[in-house]
Amino acid sequence: MSMAAARQPGEGRIGWALLRLWSIAVYLFMFAPIVVVILLAFNSSRSGAFPMEGFSLQWFGKLFANQSIVDAFKTSLILAGTSGALATVIGIMAALALVRYSFKGKEGIQTFLSLPLLMPEVVMGVALLMFLKFISMPRSFAVLLLGHTILSLPYVVLVVQARLVGLRASYEEAAWTLGANRLQTFFEVTLPLISPAIVGGFLFAATLSFDNITATLFWKKPGIETVPTKIFAMLRTSISPEINALGAVMIVITILLPLIGGYMVRRFAKTK
Amino acid sequence: MSRALARPYLLLSPAILSLSLLMVAPVVFVLAYSFWLRTAEGLDVPAFQFGNWANFFSDEFYWLALYSTFKTALITTAVCIVLGYPTAYFLARAEIKNRGLLLFLMFLPFWVSYIIRTMSWINVLGKNGFVNAVLMGIGITDEPFKLLYNDFSVIMGLVYFQLPYMIINVYVSLDGIDRNLESAARVLGCTPWQSFREVTLPLSLPGLGAGSLLCFVLAAGSYVTPRLLGGTDTLFFPDLIYEAIISQLDWPFGAVLSVVMLVALGLVIAVYNRFMSLSDVYRSFAR
Repeated sequence: MSMAAARQPGEGRIGWALLRLWSIAVYLFMFAPIVVVILLAFNSSRSGAFPMEGFSLQWFGKLFANQSIVDAFKTSLILAGTSGALATVIGIMAALALVRYSFKGKEGIQTFLSLPLLMPEVVMGVALLMFLKFISMPRSFAVLLLGHTILSLPYVVLVVQARLVGLRASYEEAAWTLGANRLQTFFEVTLPLISPAIVGGFLFAATLSFDNITATLFWKKPGIETVPTKIFAMLRTSISPEINALGAVMIVITILLPLIGGYMVRRFAKTK
Repeated sequence: MSRALARPYLLLSPAILSLSLLMVAPVVFVLAYSFWLRTAEGLDVPAFQFGNWANFFSDEFYWLALYSTFKTALITTAVCIVLGYPTAYFLARAEIKNRGLLLFLMFLPFWVSYIIRTMSWINVLGKNGFVNAVLMGIGITDEPFKLLYNDFSVIMGLVYFQLPYMIINVYVSLDGIDRNLESAARVLGCTPWQSFREVTLPLSLPGLGAGSLLCFVLAAGSYVTPRLLGGTDTLFFPDLIYEAIISQLDWPFGAVLSVVMLVALGLVIAVYNRFMSLSDVYRSFAR
């Protein structure tokens, strides 16, 4: 490493040791709270807090017996799947245009599509709620679907764009030269090449939707809960061992899902 | 326009249309709504009057709330810099074998649900939480410390959520610096500290700036974290918006508060854009 070459032997050792300690502390800071939730989920104590009294799986059992939590999971999964699919279709089209073509107003459109990233979610929640109510669309699943799609769209555009950059037009040109028509080219060449980007974009959008709470609190119909709003409502009374169990389940799902997705994309890319 | 020339616009039209209809139009509508009249019967009537705005400007409570929100966001950003910069520097520059694994680990908590990550701080800081259990276990204190439901726990929760944004932005920036520049500074007689201060730090400013802006904007706009981890005296602007819209159903006034929030954060972003590039911020999302 060039850095090492410029360094005198032994120099700055204390500095690096301090940096290493600092970084270890930051990593502990990032992981300790997650570990604490998982730990408490298996605690047999009724209080949902320390001290650890014994090992128990009962809170997981209670969790799956709780119909309102199961319902919240269903709502969340349907919402994440549909809004994720919608955002992915719209986002992939936009990303393809931005990566493959040069045209007038490209910079401006790119900025416009990224603008919502810095929009405070509370304001977004208020705005869409008022506007859709005005055009006679009160709080409902449809509002949630539209809202979640719009919230994840800019992320999909950016993430997919980053993955499409390596895609060269020469593959498609080769297909045309060899006599394929536009439709055939798209389904036989383009689609297989961009499918990792599609899967990646979809997983990203679905995760964002599954995780969203602030805007959802504005858009959901009273009585309908997604998993995050359900947890939020439960937390307003008090923390219970059941919530810790739910937290542990959510941690496992939200960490495993992207891992499996990433693995599948890589495998898929290899076999092609 | 020929078909080939129209194609990119056709591909972009669903995205542009949906953003215009579901984001731009609603935000403009909120501005209009802030002038509407709320009748005594609780009906919102289209109007152009300044009553809602007068209510806002005449009550310093709302300015206090805005001030306290921005103060908390600023402290959160500062803590993220202090925790994140050295860590990003370590990840980018240390001679370590598992750099990829360490980077991956840093982003793992990112995927964990926001509400769970926020909730976990109740388990850490609560009366019977992890910290108090450890402190009482080793006999430092007999009474649990009151660590939860105050500004401290709000800042901890916000930092916990924002820190990975800061670290990735600074890391990418540091990683992109030509190492020869640092070597040159050393050869020309700089001490390691001088070479850091004169070469590395200025060149990493775009990443530091992007990370800071994100931290600030996301922290100031958060509703759930202050709500769950804050105390009864915690004053947070997004909470006031929620109260006005969902609890009191005073939509015209909620519209006023939303416009204020948007303008206040817009000013911060505009000042940032005057000195730094916003495109760095946008690009950081794609990583």
